[in-house]
Amino acid sequence: MTTLAKYLFGVVAALALLALTHVDPAVARDAAQAANAPIVSAPIASAPVAAVAEFQVAQAEEPPAEEPNATEGEDEAPPKLDTGDTAWMLTSTALVLMMTIPGLALFYGGMVRKKNVLATVMQSFAVTCIVTIVWMVISYSLAFKDGGAMNAYIGGLDAFLLHGMGSDTLSGTIPESVFMTFQMTFAIITPALICGAFADRMKFSALVIFMVLWSIFIYAPIAHWVWGGGFLGGLGVLDFAGGTVVHINAGIAGLVCALFLGKRVGYGTENMAPYNLVYAVIGASLLWVGWFGFNAGSAVASNGAAGMAMAVTQIATAMAALAWMFIEWIVHKKPSVLGIISGAVAGLVAITPASGFVDPVGALWIGAAAGLGCFFAATTVKKAIGYDDSLDAFGVHAVGGIIGAILTGVFAVEAIGGHPGLLEGNPGQVWTQVVGVAATIVWSGLGTFVILIITNILVGVRVSQAVEIEGLDINLHGEVVQ
Amino acid sequence: MKLVMAIIKPFKLDEVRQALTELGLQGMTVTEVKGYGRQKGHTEIYRGAEYAVNFLPKIKIEVVVPAKMVDKAVDAIVAAAKTGQIGDGKIFVVPVEQTVRIRTGETNESAL
Repeated sequence: MTTLAKYLFGVVAALALLALTHVDPAVARDAAQAANAPIVSAPIASAPVAAVAEFQVAQAEEPPAEEPNATEGEDEAPPKLDTGDTAWMLTSTALVLMMTIPGLALFYGGMVRKKNVLATVMQSFAVTCIVTIVWMVISYSLAFKDGGAMNAYIGGLDAFLLHGMGSDTLSGTIPESVFMTFQMTFAIITPALICGAFADRMKFSALVIFMVLWSIFIYAPIAHWVWGGGFLGGLGVLDFAGGTVVHINAGIAGLVCALFLGKRVGYGTENMAPYNLVYAVIGASLLWVGWFGFNAGSAVASNGAAGMAMAVTQIATAMAALAWMFIEWIVHKKPSVLGIISGAVAGLVAITPASGFVDPVGALWIGAAAGLGCFFAATTVKKAIGYDDSLDAFGVHAVGGIIGAILTGVFAVEAIGGHPGLLEGNPGQVWTQVVGVAATIVWSGLGTFVILIITNILVGVRVSQAVEIEGLDINLHGEVVQ
Repeated sequence: MKLVMAIIKPFKLDEVRQALTELGLQGMTVTEVKGYGRQKGHTEIYRGAEYAVNFLPKIKIEVVVPAKMVDKAVDAIVAAAKTGQIGDGKIFVVPVEQTVRIRTGETNESAL
């Protein structure tokens, strides 16, 4: 325990150092802002998700301007609180939290063996708590506040400890408190998804350290790149609800974790059948329902864009579930329960970046591609390469996310999201999407690797073989499922 | 007295219980067990990962009967538990030396 205390102290000290180093750039930025009036006059409201802001402005003005500028729009008419938007965003926030607890907890908990059920459920629950605090302290600020000279890559520390957020500060047409909490639930589910890759063998102490570091150094920057005014949003990468930020990010981190930790004892020889697929079905269903908050909520408004996002989410999910079910029926002779729910999650992942930009027919194709692609990744590719991604965090979330991100560039409809895709004669969008995917893969992959090395030096990432064989529940948490 | 021990398919339990009750036998002990015989196991597939499951779930019934009832009891179990498919199970008959009813202290056949 004393060593753990030492490491925690070290983490806090590192955070404090980071805060100090940001003092200088902040001062410099103030000077820059004095010369650049619009940024100063635009209050917190310039913070909302860049992609979404662009999207809404494009909706309002009939001929979509090339890269409409959110700041300009807000200068003309200062945003007022919209009670309809606020009500929907309060609801969405609750829905997205429900995706992690109990949704993901049950989905993952049902798929592991009986001896590891509690440890797996504990991971989702603990991540929820850890990321809530980290987000409140620093990550929200790093993701959504202006980073001055470094703004293309990382936000600033203006909102350290949520400084400046009152009950009357707005973010677009909703209170900033709602926007911050809504984004917090995204920051929570992303690292929780990674747990699927290292299930059955990660130390809990290592998980705690890993999640704190990952949330700050991987999630916050990538969220900033796409939504907080960073370079990917600036390039025009379309990511409505987090295909790159959430799913590719978590999936790639999962693959790196699976490779770093190595295979589970007995992988490929022992029976690793799920403990209780009914739990997994309940979990997947809660994910599906919660995803309406995730995708339709990413409109950050209660309007037609949110409605269309909800419709295409439902369509793509059903299509992907059926695609997985039928291909499995053909290849493995039986349509399995685990198969249809896996397909549904693959479809939810793939439609995530596309949900504000495609029409229902585009959703149908994205769903079909995700169901087939993720089936192939989670069965054939995993077996061929031989990594042990326990619950297919990579096979479903990274592969589904990449399929969705790239197909967003293909199927984007100008009349819906203000951005034409390949099918409307804009092949450049596909390339832009590829750049977004590649940047996410590189940062997530390398960063996760470095964080794993640090965590491994501090406490060791993997449990002993004896603990792994007897089970994590009794050894790490002192409890068992009877 | 004989102990009749039958391993049967789980879904046949109720039919077997009924058949034995009709013979006038009062009471039995039932256990959920796993095992294999000629049926061997089966294969489960989860996201493409195949697992051979060697031990299949069965039900074990234990009934102690008077010696003269053994053949009837065995026949009743066979009739009730038979599907004709592989994996119907087996019946073992073994001698019992003594029986005591705990509540009254009765012994042997009067304790059955």
